[in-house]
Order: sequence, then structure tokens, then C-alpha cells
Amino acid sequence: MDSSTANHGRIAAEFERLAEQGKKALVTFITAGDPGVDFTVPAMHSLVAGGANLLELGIPFSDPEAEGPTIQAANERALANGMTLTRVLEMVVEFRASNRTTPVILMGYLNSVLAMANFAQRAREAGVDGLIMVNLPQEEAAGLRQTLSAEGIDLVSLIAPTTPDQRAKEIVATSSGFLYYVSLKGTTGSSAIAIEEVMERTSFLQTLTRVPICVGFGIKDAESAAAASTHADGVVVGSALVQLMSECPTPMTAAERLETATAEIRNGLDG
Amino acid sequence: MAEPILEANTERNYAQPTVSGYFGEYGGRFVAETLTHALDDLAALYAGLKDDPEFKKELYDDLAHFVGRPTPLYLAERMTASLGGAAIYLKREDLNHTGAHKVCNTIGQALLAKRMGKPRVIAETGAGQHGVATATVAARLGLSCDVYMGEEDVHRQSLNVYRMKLMGANVIPVTSGSKTLKDAMNEAMRDWVTNVDNTHYIIGTVAGPHPYPMLVRDFASIIGQEARAQMLQQVGKLPDVVVACVGGGSNAMGIFYPFINDTNVELVGVEAGGRGVSTGAHAAPLNDGKVGVLHGNRSYLMSDDDGQVMETHSVSAGLDYPGVGPEHAHLKDIGRATYAAATDDEAMEAFRMLNRQEGILPALETSHALAWVVKNAPKMSPDQTILVNLSGRGDKDILTVADIDGITL
Repeated sequence: MDSSTANHGRIAAEFERLAEQGKKALVTFITAGDPGVDFTVPAMHSLVAGGANLLELGIPFSDPEAEGPTIQAANERALANGMTLTRVLEMVVEFRASNRTTPVILMGYLNSVLAMANFAQRAREAGVDGLIMVNLPQEEAAGLRQTLSAEGIDLVSLIAPTTPDQRAKEIVATSSGFLYYVSLKGTTGSSAIAIEEVMERTSFLQTLTRVPICVGFGIKDAESAAAASTHADGVVVGSALVQLMSECPTPMTAAERLETATAEIRNGLDG
Repeated sequence: MAEPILEANTERNYAQPTVSGYFGEYGGRFVAETLTHALDDLAALYAGLKDDPEFKKELYDDLAHFVGRPTPLYLAERMTASLGGAAIYLKREDLNHTGAHKVCNTIGQALLAKRMGKPRVIAETGAGQHGVATATVAARLGLSCDVYMGEEDVHRQSLNVYRMKLMGANVIPVTSGSKTLKDAMNEAMRDWVTNVDNTHYIIGTVAGPHPYPMLVRDFASIIGQEARAQMLQQVGKLPDVVVACVGGGSNAMGIFYPFINDTNVELVGVEAGGRGVSTGAHAAPLNDGKVGVLHGNRSYLMSDDDGQVMETHSVSAGLDYPGVGPEHAHLKDIGRATYAAATDDEAMEAFRMLNRQEGILPALETSHALAWVVKNAPKMSPDQTILVNLSGRGDKDILTVADIDGITL
């Protein structure tokens, strides 16, 4: 059995549905509680309305060492708004009240998760489907992976341009949910994406696994989304959406503009 | 006299870290996937060079002729007499080129960068001592150098900022987060993840992801190796207590490590107690923190119930850091070392005492170790000895001290 189906929940179901339709996955990232706490849940619904298939929700952290300036600023705003991991889970509960199908993946740094007792159980109860830990490489991940798996939550593995082939094989062997291919050497929102290298690496990864592969970091519009997903199952768009939200005065304007922006990228992917 | 630093210790029982970088349950490698390959390369390179005679010769030549080692071991007679207890010996790391022990680590790492063919080095700095030490070796070896420094610290330590610029380094003020050392480290990690192909990140303390805590400890342990030999030679016995200040903990690991199997020698680290450990306004994670993960390793950390890293306070910029090297966490847990704290005021008092009684201007960081001596030497008998790591000199702190005294220079 392919490991992607080990936790046969919303993530696996969504990728199967997309595969049947011959479509690519659009994964969107926003930081929970940014730019205001009342922006997040309406934004999640509008992302889905615009065509997002999976939602990543950033757990605000004081020291987001892999983020570029846009998401760093989002983290600082969210923390200034009083965000905590408990509040993030409450937002997922609120979202789930009217959406039972779209997978929700939390993304953040290990110290946030370590600080919460019974995180995996509470996340599952809230309706979380996956977790991306930016600073948790393969060697350190086994314990958390097991705890999450027991609750049916996928720990999404990351592969970078610097990951050697042999190491990529080891990472792929334990991955679940989907594989996150980091498209560039750098922080989130960087403009250094090298499309040809992304195509070469993702087509190599496709030979290793049937786990869906999504490409993120530096995807900001319809054009880069379409190009990056050539040999992948989907793309992740983050900083561009976070930037857009930060310019919106109210939750309602943010929701409207997010839906439009998401639909544009969706069209690019469906090209 | 300078004993080979990288040679296997006289250790029998203590062998840390494990191959995956663990000191007991602390350490490890908690970084973005993009960096894991560079860390593997660095660990492999270091493993191969540790015992390489040519590498060692290059290192020792620089330590002897560029840095001026060995540094003296000095009996502080008037201070000893005035405290009326144990004899106080100072390991004079303030006499290193650049004014602190930090240069021993930067020379070692810059030589590694050269071996890797990386033309650029980056560093984070708090008080500016590590930044200066990095800029110095970059100039010495012709490497390009960028130093990240919190905006707050750029103002607090303007003399060191200018020193770095004089040596051709580019000092980049960091405006994110609390604008201090931890944010400078975040920014350096972001730079490294972007420029990993041509850049070596010279971490300045025994923290960060594996292999840094081991690497920095090994390069710093020339301090303890010299001091141990000097104690035997000059005093005829090992010290009863070895004491050092602890921020990230490199000077402390450097002097502790060669004494680790001398179990009759008590090891004491002194953290920054700020306005008092009970006030929360301090930088003493081993006294008042909990286990967490920051900057690539698992160790004690000052973080709140939500896992957010807390802002710290210390009069000394170099100790103003919420984490601590993982090996210290391990030594605390196994009881091999104990960790006290000294407040800003206690450190200032000890700072003044050393100036007046010994004619030595210590760094404010170092003054925390001296504060422990002021408090504890009188409780010991005159036939006992304390070895203090006088980790750096205080020229950089003169403006801060004058400010505390209400004097404008």
C-alpha cells in the first residue's frame, strides 16, 4: 500500500478527486490571525470559493527563521493580535462548522507544537488534516510522525533543491499526505525560483513515489503556478496572498480580493 | 605550550555528542531541509580534518602568531586578599587578539570555510565581539564577510560596529522581532539558506544545529586545555572550581570541557540574572526556562506557554539570548555542572572591583562570572582555588558603564 493512503482522510480524498478530474492542486497559505483575527475564517472560505483545494494555515511564531519579510511581518502582526496555537485550532473548528471537506494543514515551527499538551489529539478534534514543520527534518521527525499518524494527521515532508538523491529516497519512503518540494534556496516569497531546475527535480521525484508532489516558495501568480506544476501535482501560493491581505482594510474586502486572486491562479493551473 | 586543541581529550567516561549531534536528549538538528546537506558536508569535512596534521599546524600557527596564545594564567592577589577566601586565578582570554576568546572559534571555522572553497562568511553578533572576531579572520584570509546585528545592539555597541567596518565587513542591522541577538541569528539563517552554495555561516556560540555545538566547543577548548596545564604547572594542582559566564555558553564550554573527567573539579556556569531571576527580566534559561527548540537545537529556552520565545534582559548584550548551548543543558541534567545567575547590579559591582583591585577591565559578560566569585570565594578556604575564565575585555562596554554612572563621555 502506498504510504499516501495510510491516513485515508481528507488530504488523500482531495488528491484522488483531482487526479480523476485531471486537475492540479492549488494549495494556499495564510497566517492565522493576520492582519486581524476576524480576517482568517472568512478568508479560508473565500480561498475555497476561488478554487483552492487545500488550505495551509500558518501558526504564528516569534522566530520564523525560514520566512521572507512578508510572512515575518504577518507573524508579528498575528502575535500582536494575541494569536496562540489554541486560537488557531479554534479557527479551524469555526471553519469546519460549514466546510467538512477541504483539507486544512497547519504550518509552523516545532516549538509551538511542543508547547501544547496533546497537540495531535486536539488538532484532530479541531478538524486538522496535516502538519508542516519547517524546522523538523527527516532525522528528527519519527516521534512526531507517529503521534500524528495515530490521530490520522499527515506530517508533510519537505524536499529542497539541495536534497541529494539518496536522501530524497529516504524522505519519500516515510512521507504521507503530500510531498512539499521547496522550489528555491531561500526564504518564503523569494523571487529566485528557477523553473527548469524545479521541473527537473520534480520529474525525478515523480519516479520515486506516487505520493502527490506540490511545489512551493516563490509561486506568486498564474504563470509561475502553471510552470512549476508541470511535473507536479500542485502548487503552494503563500506570500503573494499574505501580502494582498495585509493591504485590505476589512475582512470583507480581503475575502473578495482573495477570491479573485485565487481564481486567477486557478485558471492558470487549469489553463 | 599550546596543546593541540582538536586532539582526543584525556576523557574516558564522557563522549558527547552522538553522531546525530545529541548531548543526552539535547542538541540535534532542527533546521529547514535546504540546510541539511550543508550541515552534513560540514560535519564530514570536520571529521576528516580534526586529526589532519596540516590543518592543525595551520590552526596553531594562527593561534600562536596571530592571536597571541597561550594566554596567561594570573593570580589575582589583591582580589583574593580582599575577599579573604579561595585563591582566584584568572585565565586571561581578554588578552587574545580582538579582546576576547571568540577569535579561537572564528579562526577554526574560517579555515574550514577556506577548505570548502567558500569565499564568503556570515555571522550573527550581539555585543559585537563575535562579529569583530569574524571580520578579523575574514580580513586575514581574504573572505567576504557580512555580519547580522540587531538594530538595538548596533546602537548599544557602536564601537564594535565601526571596528567591523574598518576591517571591510558589512554590518547589516536587523529590524525584525526584538532587534537583538536572537533576531540576528534568524536573519543569518535566512541568508545562509539563500546563499548556502558559496557561504559558510560562522556561528559564534555552542548552539545552532549539529555539528556547530561540537565544532565551537572543540575550537574553544584550547582555553581549558591551556588553563589545566597552567594550573598544574604554576599551582601544582587542579582548581577546586572552574567558573565562567554563560550566554550561549562557548567560553564556558571551552574552559569546562578539558576538566569534564576531573570529577573533583566543580564546574559553575553563571547566567545573566538581569533584574533578578524572580522578576522574569533576565536571560537565564538554565535557571528559569524550559526545554524547547530554537535555532536548530533542542535545549533549555525562555519561552512562554504558547511556545513563543520570550524577550530577555541583561546589561550585557553578549548574554542577552533566550537559549543556551545543548551541552550545558546536558551537563546540568547529569549534575556535572551547576548553573547560577548574577544580576546586572552584582555584575557591575564585580566589574568595578576588578578594575580597582587588579587593574583589569573585564567585559560585562565576564563580570557575571566574577560576581559569582565575589559571592562565593569568601565561603571557601585559602588553600582552595577558583579558576575564572576572564573571557573578554571591557573596552566595548565603557559607554554603557559611563551611561549607568550618568556620565556622558
